[in-house]
Amino acid sequence: MFQIRIHGRGGQGVVSAAEMLSIAAFKEGRHAQAFPSFGSERTGAPVVAFCRYDNAPIRLREPVMEPDALIIQDPTLLHQVDVFQGLRRDGFVLINSSRSLAGLGLAELFSRYRADRMLTVPASDLALKHLKRPLPNAALLGGFAAMSGEVTLASVESAIRAKFAGAVADGNVAAAAAAYDVVQRERTELSHA
Amino acid sequence: MLEQIEGSRAVAQSVALCRPEVVCAYPISPQTHIVEALSELVKTGRLAPCEFINVESEFAAMSVAIGASAAGARAYTATASQGLLFMAEAIFNASGLGLPIVMTVANRAIGAPINIWNDHTDSMSQRDCGWIQIFAETNQEAGDLHLQAFRLGEELSLPVMVCMDGFILTHAYERVDLPSQAQVDAFLPRYEPRQVLDPAEPVTIGAMVGPEAFMEVRYLAHAKQMQALERIPEIAAEFRAVFGREAGGLVRSYRTEGAETVVVALGSVLGTLKDTVDELRDAGMAVGVLGVTTFRPFPAAAVREALQGARRVVVLEKSLAIGTGGIVAANIKTALAGLPAAIHTVVAGLGGRAITRASLARTLHAAVDGTLEALSFMDLDWGLVNRHLERERARRRSGPVAEALLRDVGTVAARVS
Amino acid sequence: MSHQPVKFYQTGTFTVGNRLLTPESRTVQASEARANALNSGHRACQGCGEALGARYAIDAAMRAANGRLIAANATGCLEVFSTPYPESSWQIPWIHSLFGNAAAVATGIAAALKVRGEAQTRVIAQGGDGGTTDIGFGCLSGMFERNDDVLYICYDNEAYMNTGVQRSSATPPSARTATTPAQGAQPGNTFGQGKNVPLIAMAHGIPYVATATVAELHDLEAKVERAMAIRGARYIHILVPCPLGWGAASQDTIRLARLAKESGLFPVFEAEFGEVTSVSKIRRHVPVDDYLKPQRRFSHLFGPQADPQTVAHLQRLADRNIRRFGLLADGDAPERVPVPEQADERHAAPA
Repeated sequence: MFQIRIHGRGGQGVVSAAEMLSIAAFKEGRHAQAFPSFGSERTGAPVVAFCRYDNAPIRLREPVMEPDALIIQDPTLLHQVDVFQGLRRDGFVLINSSRSLAGLGLAELFSRYRADRMLTVPASDLALKHLKRPLPNAALLGGFAAMSGEVTLASVESAIRAKFAGAVADGNVAAAAAAYDVVQRERTELSHA
Repeated sequence: MLEQIEGSRAVAQSVALCRPEVVCAYPISPQTHIVEALSELVKTGRLAPCEFINVESEFAAMSVAIGASAAGARAYTATASQGLLFMAEAIFNASGLGLPIVMTVANRAIGAPINIWNDHTDSMSQRDCGWIQIFAETNQEAGDLHLQAFRLGEELSLPVMVCMDGFILTHAYERVDLPSQAQVDAFLPRYEPRQVLDPAEPVTIGAMVGPEAFMEVRYLAHAKQMQALERIPEIAAEFRAVFGREAGGLVRSYRTEGAETVVVALGSVLGTLKDTVDELRDAGMAVGVLGVTTFRPFPAAAVREALQGARRVVVLEKSLAIGTGGIVAANIKTALAGLPAAIHTVVAGLGGRAITRASLARTLHAAVDGTLEALSFMDLDWGLVNRHLERERARRRSGPVAEALLRDVGTVAARVS
Repeated sequence: MSHQPVKFYQTGTFTVGNRLLTPESRTVQASEARANALNSGHRACQGCGEALGARYAIDAAMRAANGRLIAANATGCLEVFSTPYPESSWQIPWIHSLFGNAAAVATGIAAALKVRGEAQTRVIAQGGDGGTTDIGFGCLSGMFERNDDVLYICYDNEAYMNTGVQRSSATPPSARTATTPAQGAQPGNTFGQGKNVPLIAMAHGIPYVATATVAELHDLEAKVERAMAIRGARYIHILVPCPLGWGAASQDTIRLARLAKESGLFPVFEAEFGEVTSVSKIRRHVPVDDYLKPQRRFSHLFGPQADPQTVAHLQRLADRNIRRFGLLADGDAPERVPVPEQADERHAAPA
């Protein structure tokens, strides 16, 4: 079973992100589950959503306590919420930011987790460019696909199109593909470093 | 056809396949996505002929369903929590009149204090109203139970409440296999009412009944629910034959063979329980799970048979009868009267507090070690409780309880889980 | 519906259609072919205005609907006296659900008929003032707002009669009821704002609103017929005196209904889509005293502890109605009444 926890703020599409990720996993033939940590809807408030997938049917319903991957849609949460709680030692971390992890003041994480699995990607900027709105969720999924190899970009695209239509879908798909490329390049650089 | 969709949508599509003729809805979290999806299906003509009515309250929702059902239409509505209470008078009316309305209850806590998250207080508060109550374990089952509900309700002329955990199921995306219209039509025939408002054959429905006949009328309602105990497994078997999967029934056992300890529960927590029990079994504990799918009528005989060999029974419930203790547990105890098993009530998950494998394992170890009390509250913060009791001892004007506790708890938004 | 001989119970009154008229001009009640939807044998009190009003209204509706009518009835006198287990007076399909939901139940019935393509069958919701103006108000408003194809008929006897004459929001100011006893400094019901449901119905903009009384059979039947020719939400408010609750003689029911209109206290009018379209003028204007005196619920205003101030206040309310609705032929309108006079009185310091 692979478990992902997504952190963000209300209005950033955190819940949609988890849902799309579950659709992507479904399209690849896996059992998948996505659900929010339930709060009354309030723009700007911290939101957490969960996704887990497995080859076998999933019966578990508890929140994701020990994520295999973290996606952080809003870096302002980093010093407000303990987003890294329970993260597995070889877990993936993808943060929406144009700064590096060191630039975000998270250099010490490298000692606790795997440096080659912790990346940032300027998802909001890419979304602004391709979607005209700073909604980073789809882009981050593209980045996650590149970072972890857990789902393909094609599945992410398919999931986006299952949720959105027309120009909105096209924009999100483009943003996801762009983020995928950015993360691929970062990974290549890291492995050559 | 396999789809990855939100539980609410799976329910809406399953209900739509049942060809409801009148759908009336008043919004309340966490049922909203169900009625929104149904309104979309009606508006786009994918569910037709169907009248979708936006009503002004839950009381109106159940009342409109009563009128529609009495006039011979297949009627459906959905609610939760406060909404269920607001229609309480009408719920009793519907079952008393014998109208086979089907209603989804997206289980949610009841205030005060206001709480939108999951527990079973709402359904439990109406357990004696005469409706059949069935609880879904997964979103697949939630969809499937609605098919069975219309079938069962119309056969017996009784309304049916399909309970599914709010947010945990309603707002979870998971894989569901939605049946085809042809399959549903084969399983669920057209509604043939036992009574109907028809100018060609006028009847009076809802007359006053005094002491001369009231007891008999009420007994007949009870007898009908007892009939349901027979029909429910039969309908589940028919369902299996048509759709090729398990859904419904009275109770469902998991690894109870040779289980010294059996945990009893309703709804989605059964999934987490099964994972926990697998781990404990691997570690050598003789533990199993009994899921209660039908809560009303209460399947006493089936429960008794399933728990025959248990040395101890742990009833894990998302409900609390203030002033006495467990609700499900009380029903279980009645069913097990005379058997030697020790029965523990564990109240958990009230107001949406997460039930984790770790806590379940801890509880089951305590049960086996003999340290689990007769009535306990899983993951209760005794510090919070005792500090508040101290506040109340210290001054008369101790303020609203909820606010005092929340101030003590601190910033919730910063928490991860 | 099986044939049964219709018995004429009323003689020597104005109520049963005028046999001097041509058959086409006679009332539904005058016809042997009337549905008799509310059959004899019900348990209403002698002189019950509601039984009269219901029979008049439903028979007229049945004729307009060619016998295809379904009724949803709120809890109350009508429901209780018409269906004493194991008997029922109703010869039409009829359902009683709860006190406050007649309008919603009717909405459901109408929806079922629509879905099944049975639109020629019509739906009536009916209840007393309690079930309409108080506990059923929410459902009534919802039905209006959705413009559901339901005719709601309110039989207004101005209190919760079936439970023992308790005050409702339709109880007139100063009237004695069991919960507004004629005792103390301000005996009887308070002078509140009142709740004019016909006007509220008009504010919803529904296709048809009308008030009527059991004193004018032709008028009541014509209004029901007009309502039945319209689709959508419709409301008819009928004043139905209650001898027991009002403390009046059982033979005075129709006379009191007439006096309520002739004094101006109960305006009789029609409205469509929120605009008044017709007014039934007062034929012989009477002072409110003539209406109030035969009712023991107002007896504390007269006699040894007479309260002419309150009677004058009621007269002003009547005069305001007359002015507002134009109830008198032109030229007979009383002096303009300052509005809102009630507010002044409520805040006046005690004498």
